[in-house]
Amino acid sequence: MSTQELVIPAPREIVTEPRRSDKIFRGVVTGGGLSSLAILGLIAIFLGYRGFEVLRQEGIGFITHSDWSISTDDAGNVLDSHFGLAAMLVGTILCSLIAVVIAVPISVFSALFLNFYAPGWLKKILITIIDMMAAFPSILFGIWGFLVLMPSVEYWAKLLHRYLGFIPFFDMQVPVYTRSPFVAGVVLSIMIIPIITSVSREIFSQAPLDRIQAAYALGATRWAMIKAVVIPHGRSGVIGGAMLGLGRAMGETVAVFTVLNIVFQVNWQMLLGAGGNVASLIILKFGDASPYEIKALMAAGLILFLLTLIVNAIANVIVKTTGKSGR
Amino acid sequence: MTTSHESENQEMQTSVKPSSLADVANAKAPKVPGTAALGTGLETRGVHAWFGKHHALSNISLDFAAGTVTALIGPSGCGKSTFIRTINRMHEFIPGAAMAGEVLLDGKDVYAPGTDVTKIRLQIGMVFQKPNPFPSMTIGENVLSGLKLAQLKVENKDDLLEECLERAGLWNEVKDRLGAHGGSLSGGQQQRLCIARALAVRPQVLLMDEPCSALDPGSTLRIEDTIRHLSDTMTIIIVTHNMQQAARVSDYTAFFLSDGGPGQMIEVAPTSEIFSRPQDSRTESYVTGRFG
Repeated sequence: MSTQELVIPAPREIVTEPRRSDKIFRGVVTGGGLSSLAILGLIAIFLGYRGFEVLRQEGIGFITHSDWSISTDDAGNVLDSHFGLAAMLVGTILCSLIAVVIAVPISVFSALFLNFYAPGWLKKILITIIDMMAAFPSILFGIWGFLVLMPSVEYWAKLLHRYLGFIPFFDMQVPVYTRSPFVAGVVLSIMIIPIITSVSREIFSQAPLDRIQAAYALGATRWAMIKAVVIPHGRSGVIGGAMLGLGRAMGETVAVFTVLNIVFQVNWQMLLGAGGNVASLIILKFGDASPYEIKALMAAGLILFLLTLIVNAIANVIVKTTGKSGR
Repeated sequence: MTTSHESENQEMQTSVKPSSLADVANAKAPKVPGTAALGTGLETRGVHAWFGKHHALSNISLDFAAGTVTALIGPSGCGKSTFIRTINRMHEFIPGAAMAGEVLLDGKDVYAPGTDVTKIRLQIGMVFQKPNPFPSMTIGENVLSGLKLAQLKVENKDDLLEECLERAGLWNEVKDRLGAHGGSLSGGQQQRLCIARALAVRPQVLLMDEPCSALDPGSTLRIEDTIRHLSDTMTIIIVTHNMQQAARVSDYTAFFLSDGGPGQMIEVAPTSEIFSRPQDSRTESYVTGRFG
């Protein structure tokens, strides 16, 4: 060592000059990413702009009241109007929760079967069928629900009511079993099973092989291995898939419109034939709505948009808090 | 050596390809403590292995006397790992994998129809090349995970936990943080945790597939020490690329080689002989570092 004191230098600024090809690709990718954000933002602005007048008129009542009436004179001037989404919001949440509760276990078991039990040929066939289900037009699900599911669901609804009626969800005063949120939830669950199944299948197939082997080498049965390794690894992915499904279920229009009785009355009793969701309200009213009512429907769209955003944000939080442990 | 074992060896000599291991085992036997209590050990007869059409391993007949450490050495791709994975039936997890021959544990074929394969894997434990603790479990849960996975009941879990960590040489380092996650340990500690985990289900045989290849020299020495202690109570088979390690820990060494075709066992002998006067010139070239 020299006698001179060591001078500690300031950290150097590290600059990298990317190559041109890298810059171009970066531009393309950034453009793609920003455009989806821009489209989403424009939709929100459009809905907000069109719905603003109604939102200001109704205030908080727009989401807490449950009526939808408008009277106009012959010239088309609005005499009186009441718009409230409460029943539709409750219906949206109720139907999509029923759908997720039914779909998640079925999807998780399907994904586990496909990954760990199905022989190769069957796996290929089933994956094709499930992917096809995802692309199936929703009106067909709606018609199937109306013609096939509805007549048979009455039996199950009565059964649920008789044995689980003490739980408020399954209780009902008026015996109207058809066209209930329960039927809509079952139809929606079938529509979202493909999404949740493919997300779960993907995440389960990424379960680390060395841990799978460690479990087997310790004398684990296949089920014990799945419980110890695959499910902890895939938990956050399954939640993410469920949230994707929930988002689809909340926004679903035609299938719900076909099977559900749209009634402006807050109804938490899933077996009772009354309800509706925001999207089906829009399709119900859109055809013969006056200009002012159109604005109300745009405002409803904005609320649905925000609800979806909130659900996705909650999903992100859940995924982040539960995701760490299994990895 | 017990009489039952001698008859086992004679039987093996008459029924299949003769192997010098039988004589070797007899010669080495007096050095092995507690042999009688450990059963009659492990034996493979004419084991072949395939991956699809690829013939990976040809005609391996080896006898692993109870309470001994056997090192499998040889260049990469000669089938050592494949061989030990046929012993505890991990080989069959690979799609397209096939095997022929017999693996006898206490004289019973582990591939016999009607065998409970999970039971076989409890009796023949395994430690992998890369430490693979379960990251969602704590250190304590990791050690006892085999009990849960195989649905075994144990009287006193705390005693078993301490005993296994003690035997794996990890107890002193982790006794104050058994509730911490397995992933919070260093690589060497994780590997010893995996050894403790394998011990908790009380296997008769422990297979180790290059257990030290990802570890620093200090951790390696600790694990070798552990292996020597463990061999008092179980049969150990260790795959290693480290010749010094083979010489330090093993009683017997088997040399595997593939000459382009399937992997074969060239020679097996007491470790001191393999390293001092190997019978086969290829073994000599390998152990003296002329190839591989």
